[in-house]
Amino acid sequence: MNKAKDIVLIGGSAGSYTLIVQILEALPQRFDAAIAIVIHRNPRFTTKIEETLSIKLRRSVIQPRDKTAIAPNIIYFAGPGYHLLVEPDWTFSVDVSERIHFSRPSIDVLFDTAAEVYQDRCTAFLLSGANQDGADGIRRVREMGGKAIIQSPDDALIATMPTYAIQANAESDVYDDQQIISFFRKLT
Amino acid sequence: MAKLISSHITFQELQDIVELLGKVSGFDLSGYSKSSLKRRIQRILDLEQMDVVDLKNAIVNVEGFQTYLINEVTVNVTEMFRDPRYYMALRGDVLPYLETFPRLKLWSAGCSTGEEVYSLAIVLAEADLYKRSFIYGTDVNSNVLETAKKAIYPLKRFKIYSENYNATGTCNSLSDYYTAMYDAAIIRADIRKNVLFSQHNLATDYVFNEFQFISCRNVLIYFDLELQRRVFQLFYESLSEFGFLCLGAKETMVNHEIRSKFKVVNKEFNIYQKIK
Ligand SMILES: C[S@@+](CC[C@H](N)C(=O)[O-])C[C@H]1O[C@@H](n2cnc3c(N)ncnc32)[C@H](O)[C@@H]1O
Repeated sequence: MNKAKDIVLIGGSAGSYTLIVQILEALPQRFDAAIAIVIHRNPRFTTKIEETLSIKLRRSVIQPRDKTAIAPNIIYFAGPGYHLLVEPDWTFSVDVSERIHFSRPSIDVLFDTAAEVYQDRCTAFLLSGANQDGADGIRRVREMGGKAIIQSPDDALIATMPTYAIQANAESDVYDDQQIISFFRKLT
Repeated sequence: MAKLISSHITFQELQDIVELLGKVSGFDLSGYSKSSLKRRIQRILDLEQMDVVDLKNAIVNVEGFQTYLINEVTVNVTEMFRDPRYYMALRGDVLPYLETFPRLKLWSAGCSTGEEVYSLAIVLAEADLYKRSFIYGTDVNSNVLETAKKAIYPLKRFKIYSENYNATGTCNSLSDYYTAMYDAAIIRADIRKNVLFSQHNLATDYVFNEFQFISCRNVLIYFDLELQRRVFQLFYESLSEFGFLCLGAKETMVNHEIRSKFKVVNKEFNIYQKIK
């Protein structure tokens, strides 16, 4: 099984969905990285994000199951009710441990575990949201040699999450929406 | 709240801890998913304000610490009627078949505090099968089994449990099955009647009975593929012919050869039946 050597992470909460769709629409036909996304959602509503986007984008958008190998050119969304983690053998695992910042899936959990496994081949984006999830994750990505980018609070629909992450990570890169989209347009 | 700046343990340190624990106790964590386990250990270090050296010391020298560690490492989050539509699937796809067995033995492996066992008991009772059923609930964590045996839960949890139960497509009310006392609720005696809880470690223990139904939900996600293989083999050997195996929402047998000895009864809810 061919596993992705690079991973791009996106964490978003309230107010991030529209930008995530724009990001995914901008992607080239083919890229070698894997994309893993945590967006906070309520497990009691069965949303069909993956299905809707698969059709809209005409590409693989998947909710990984336990021990799914992380493959290139695929977009993964953490399923509701479970944390999504990256294992050292480049597979995903899921768990139902405590919520982090009231969230499961939590952005911190994905960022922390992916940062450790992918190290300098990990790029993380933290977008709009109303809580503090993601700030620790951004720090971990940077500590492990990865690249961490925070959406400019001026562009974020709800600035709490990016603002908090910027405060907690003094030297982090801050991009406006156009810069973020352009990163994904050029993704390899 | 002030946040402690704590250092993160590495995979190497994790492995050292797992090896040490395996050597000095009966607990074998070597088959657990690494990243998940690492976060659990990290959580204990942060809680106890320990570093790796302290932890290793405690494992060897502090009485009761090994058990404490296992009880803290395991994730015990559970609900009654978790995934309501799974219980709908049981009613539709599984119970009609179970009806044809004269006696029913069921096993909930990794039952945590027992909510899943009592949910099964209720579903069986409503299908008029409970009087010929017996449910075994097992877990590696001794604390949760104590709670499971008592069958007493915080009353406030029952708001979610009732919502779940209602979503299973029943016309009854969950309150028919428990008695509220102040801020707690106890599961009614006739539902508690045919259940037994005991400690069993899926990583190291063996077959202990034959079952027509095994449910192991949200447990295999904590195991790597090798340990999963062991556990699937254990379940296979524990199932009677045409017995059922039910996994959690994210769990699957597709990565395993033993899959060919089972038929998929319900793909969405990962319900399998032993056919060979
Ligand atoms: C998240 S709970 C699942 C509870 C319930 N089955 C459900 O789906 O709601 C996972 C349980 O598996 C248990 N467990 C972990 N490792 C185990 C092992 N090696 N043997 C038996 N049980 C184990 C944990 O103690 C925990 O109670």
